[in-house]
Amino acid sequence: MNTSEIRAVALTTLLSIAPEVEADALRGDRPLRSQVDLDSMDWLNFLLGLHEKLQVEIPEADYARLVTLDDVVAYLQRKLAAR
Amino acid sequence: MIEFKLPALGSDMDAGTLLEWKVGVGDTVKKGQVVAIVDTSKAAVEIESWQEGTVHQLIAEPGQKMPVGTVMATLLEAGAAAPARVGAGATAAAPAAAPPPPAAAPGAAGAPATRRMISPAARKHAEEKGMDLDRVTGTGPHGAVTLDDVERAAAAQPAAAPEPARPSDRSADMRKTIAAAMSRSKREIPHYYVAEDIPLAQALAWLQAANGARPMAERLLPAALLLKAVATALQRYPELNGYWRDGEFRAEQAIHLGVAISLRQGGLIAPALLDAGNKTLTQLMQELTDLVKRTRAGSLRSSEMSQATVTVTNLGDQGAQTVFGVITPPQVALVGFGRVAERPWAENGGLKVLPVVTASLAADHRVSDGHRGALFLRELNNLLQRPEDLET
Repeated sequence: MNTSEIRAVALTTLLSIAPEVEADALRGDRPLRSQVDLDSMDWLNFLLGLHEKLQVEIPEADYARLVTLDDVVAYLQRKLAAR
Repeated sequence: MIEFKLPALGSDMDAGTLLEWKVGVGDTVKKGQVVAIVDTSKAAVEIESWQEGTVHQLIAEPGQKMPVGTVMATLLEAGAAAPARVGAGATAAAPAAAPPPPAAAPGAAGAPATRRMISPAARKHAEEKGMDLDRVTGTGPHGAVTLDDVERAAAAQPAAAPEPARPSDRSADMRKTIAAAMSRSKREIPHYYVAEDIPLAQALAWLQAANGARPMAERLLPAALLLKAVATALQRYPELNGYWRDGEFRAEQAIHLGVAISLRQGGLIAPALLDAGNKTLTQLMQELTDLVKRTRAGSLRSSEMSQATVTVTNLGDQGAQTVFGVITPPQVALVGFGRVAERPWAENGGLKVLPVVTASLAADHRVSDGHRGALFLRELNNLLQRPEDLET
């Protein structure tokens, strides 16, 4: 999967949790949770959704590294490439 | 004969609208079975029956708005004979007082039920404006409706006919409902507040280790551990778990934790995690996940909406350090948690940096005092220093 495809999966997953989000208005380089008002349950469900869609394991120790949408996409790309 | 009445789904509800029956006449109803879906100002709620029987009559009609206590249906107990059916709209307060339909189309006050006189110009103008002439008061001879009457009525009527309830209406209704309940709380309940900073280093380390051994779908959130700690601490402070009703406090045996859940479209609902005191941490996490999901999808059950014995609100995700809660009547306490953040922590003459959460308690002075409230928070603190004990 390329970056665009991974970003699309991430946005689809995000929209399933926060349908009011305008994807075009999201800044990829800004903290995602503050832009979208995701609580810890939403965040867990977002990561779980990515795990289910992409079959990528996301250890809890890595959560702190996933701050922006760009972080999430880059992290997933590394994980997918390493398979 | 069992009367199935519209229950109060929280102290802030005084009416509801039947959306759908989930049973039909002649169906057997079991205890806990969902029999109807009712729309409140906050959500569409699945209404459960707490009695068993056979549906004898469905009195309420889908779309009907009714006050709490209205008899919606009647059930026959096993072996009971079927009596005559009652008219639609019977209420608890006035069992046979079905609101009569309008006697006649509304027109001029006191006008006789004869054909109304309407001038041709008035009729034509009303047609052009799409107006209902029955709603226009005639001021001409013998109450005749004139062109002037139609023009005056046209100028007075709103620009558009009222539309069905929209999301913004629901949001406004919910805000009014919350305001009414919170005003009542502040008016009637003499609140007191206590707070305690609780170090969470051990709790978070334990959670991280526990989650490392779990698949992603079964990982635990700190929120679940905090809820478990509250439920466990309440077992030693029963004066914080129950209801103030009819001028006295009644402690409840079961601990049903009302969990304040914010809705994405705005507003708040606090459905209950039932019997939280007897649930394992894993069960609480699973049920919390399910409750949040169903709350946001608008799929709650009446037992969850009406039975909370105490409320817990967690605003840590929003960044607030401390919560000063407003108690939900008839409950007598609310526990709040703020943000878990690293803070300087002085201990044994030394200084270190620890993850800390501020826990607060708003409680009812008619039932307890600050001394007991502070002891409750101390118990909560102690429990969170031994997270492994909270697993079962």
